[in-house]
Amino acid sequence: MDFNDTPDEAVFRAQVRDWLETHATRRQRRDEKFGDGLDREAYLAAAKAWQATKAAAGYAAIPWPKEMGGLGGSPAMQVVYAQEEAKFLVPGLIFEVSLGTALPTVAMWGTPEQKARNLAPALKGDHIWCQLFSEPAAGSDLGNVRTRAEKVGDEWVINGQKVWTSGAHNADYGILLARTDWDQPKAKGLTMFILDMKAPGVDVRLIRQATDEPHFNEVFLTDVRIADSARLGPEGQGWKVMLSTLMQERFSLGENFSGDLYDQLVDLAKQAQWGGRPAIEDRCVRAGIADAYIRQFGVDLIVRRGMSAISKGVSPGPEMAAVKLIGARAFQTGGALAVELGGAEGLIAASDLGQQWRMPQMLWISGPGARIAGGTDEIQKNTIAERVLGLPGEIRTDRDVPFRTLEG
Amino acid sequence: MNFDFSEDQRRLQEEVRRMLSDYSTSSAVRRVLEGESLYCADTWTQLAGLGALGLALPEAHGGAGMGLLELCLVAEEAGRALAAVPLVSSIYMAAEVIRRAGSEAQQAEWLPRLASGEAIATAMIAAHGQHALVVEPSRIENGRLFATLNAVPDGMAAQLCVVLVDDALVLVGLDGAGVRRTAQASLDPTRPLAQIVCDGATVELLAAHGGQQIAATVTDGAAVLMAFEQVGGAERALYAARDYALERRAFGRVIGSFQAVKHKLADIFASIELARAHAYYGAWALATGADELTRAAAAARVAATAAYTLAAEESLHLHGGIGFTWEMDCHLHLRRARWLGQIIGNEHYWRERLATTLIEKAA
Repeated sequence: MDFNDTPDEAVFRAQVRDWLETHATRRQRRDEKFGDGLDREAYLAAAKAWQATKAAAGYAAIPWPKEMGGLGGSPAMQVVYAQEEAKFLVPGLIFEVSLGTALPTVAMWGTPEQKARNLAPALKGDHIWCQLFSEPAAGSDLGNVRTRAEKVGDEWVINGQKVWTSGAHNADYGILLARTDWDQPKAKGLTMFILDMKAPGVDVRLIRQATDEPHFNEVFLTDVRIADSARLGPEGQGWKVMLSTLMQERFSLGENFSGDLYDQLVDLAKQAQWGGRPAIEDRCVRAGIADAYIRQFGVDLIVRRGMSAISKGVSPGPEMAAVKLIGARAFQTGGALAVELGGAEGLIAASDLGQQWRMPQMLWISGPGARIAGGTDEIQKNTIAERVLGLPGEIRTDRDVPFRTLEG
Repeated sequence: MNFDFSEDQRRLQEEVRRMLSDYSTSSAVRRVLEGESLYCADTWTQLAGLGALGLALPEAHGGAGMGLLELCLVAEEAGRALAAVPLVSSIYMAAEVIRRAGSEAQQAEWLPRLASGEAIATAMIAAHGQHALVVEPSRIENGRLFATLNAVPDGMAAQLCVVLVDDALVLVGLDGAGVRRTAQASLDPTRPLAQIVCDGATVELLAAHGGQQIAATVTDGAAVLMAFEQVGGAERALYAARDYALERRAFGRVIGSFQAVKHKLADIFASIELARAHAYYGAWALATGADELTRAAAAARVAATAAYTLAAEESLHLHGGIGFTWEMDCHLHLRRARWLGQIIGNEHYWRERLATTLIEKAA
């Protein structure tokens, strides 16, 4: 049991820190954020440039083998890098899907040609990827995908609609789950494809989220043609390919729930006055800060346990589902406490109230999304109950019948 | 970073688990529950025989000199087995105070006997705020102790008590003159309590000054060790409920197939995972003497108290009416969760302690 760096990790940390000092600007204040004032095009260009810089140094995909453009490092080294990078002003939220889920899926299932063609440009930031899984009638019940892929000669013709596709508006490629056999039961007739997002018939429309930010999209697919050489994995195995993607996602999601909201709460509670005294002296506030720490730092700790398991060659497994349950709830309750601290003035948006309120307000309004995206709380609980605790699966009357017989 | 226990430590844990499943059976624990004995002597002897009691004590004084990480895993198994033994009082608290504050001679006199299980000690070193009723300040006059100590864990079984008086730590022999003790009925009878009245009892000085600091460190350590007991107990309660939910049928199905039941069990699981992660962090801080100990211990204690309380309450609930009977062990978990969660200060006290460290750290 050692929570500190091993000698090797300490050397790596020093090396990362030196490199970051040379290539990025250290964050001066907690509420500083990269890219204030940049428009979408300029932000995207900056994010791609930063990704290229990282890739040149091997930091784009630290645990990947060197021949795939990674550093061949340990998961712990990935954590070290992330801890150090968090202290610097760098762009984020562009390459998470590419590197966190889409490309690992290509690496796992792709042909040598697909890997040679796709991995390097994605690592360098030349290509941005998205994942086209969810549909209007296939959210938690992803097996209900109705986007149709029909084989015509050496090509597949795609028709259907995807939704909640994060980053599709920036993406060059996507991994697409479509139905290729309507006579098979729902999970058996699916196939995964690599989709060129610039292909004719792909229509991406931004969705305005409850947070008032654009982040995800509807993607309409009309007679889009995909060569059979862009099929990812065997025909009819799309469900299995998709599950391997989601396992990646569950793991990478854990990292998204770390942070220092409890420290921010301390700062805000010192500024706020409750009944003529600093809110930080109030027992309820103090208890809320302690609970925020337990949830949020606890998520960090669970992720580190998973990392330690991986470095010993043991898969971290579905218990990582607890991370998302706890982490998303931490955002929602911690963000709400921060907003409450301000009393009536706490209702003034950060743009008028002050930058230090931006992140807590964002956590409060985006918390509900975190409890839905990447598997709802209820799906996570089913996963834990069935895969960890060995309880019976849900009764599924639609599982073993040909998909075409199901109600639309 | 290697945020896990080693293979050797896991083997030791397995060994302790096997022994406890043989000795700390429901019927053995129930003999203490029914007041037939003050603790499970067989279990205690077996723990001593495996060297488990002296894991963290120096080799020169009858211990294994291994450290506190191993003891954390023993604690987890003791919790899982609902062991009715004086680990908290004698090993986590009293032995740790003597190890940290005692002279060589005092350590030589007491630690080998505590490690072998031959002697049992207890400790009343709580900071202000952990006891809420019937608090009378203790005082020493001319080397004699005047004190009324309530809710002393294992107070009837112990021969020795470590007491914090102002900033001093003293040892009191409980069989000597000037000491009167009376059993106090405990909400968890498997972990008995006593009142100890010292009316001019002779004391031996462990530390004249700095006692509060040592007491606070030892209490933080006990919070970590008890968090492991809580995690072990919570996991046992969770899997008891899981097993029952796979067996009990209603409305033509096993009740474990209903989502209301599955989600409740998943919530317990998540709560235990959170507690376990903080307990591991606490173990690391305790074993390395890290500055983070108080923060880590307080978080582990709050998370583990919440997890065991939830697991015990909901495990009983999921057993239905049968769970509410004396013969089922569900109420033993409910009682143990309450006892462990309150004997060194309740969840609210430790949540405030955690908040204080977070606010100081930010300043």
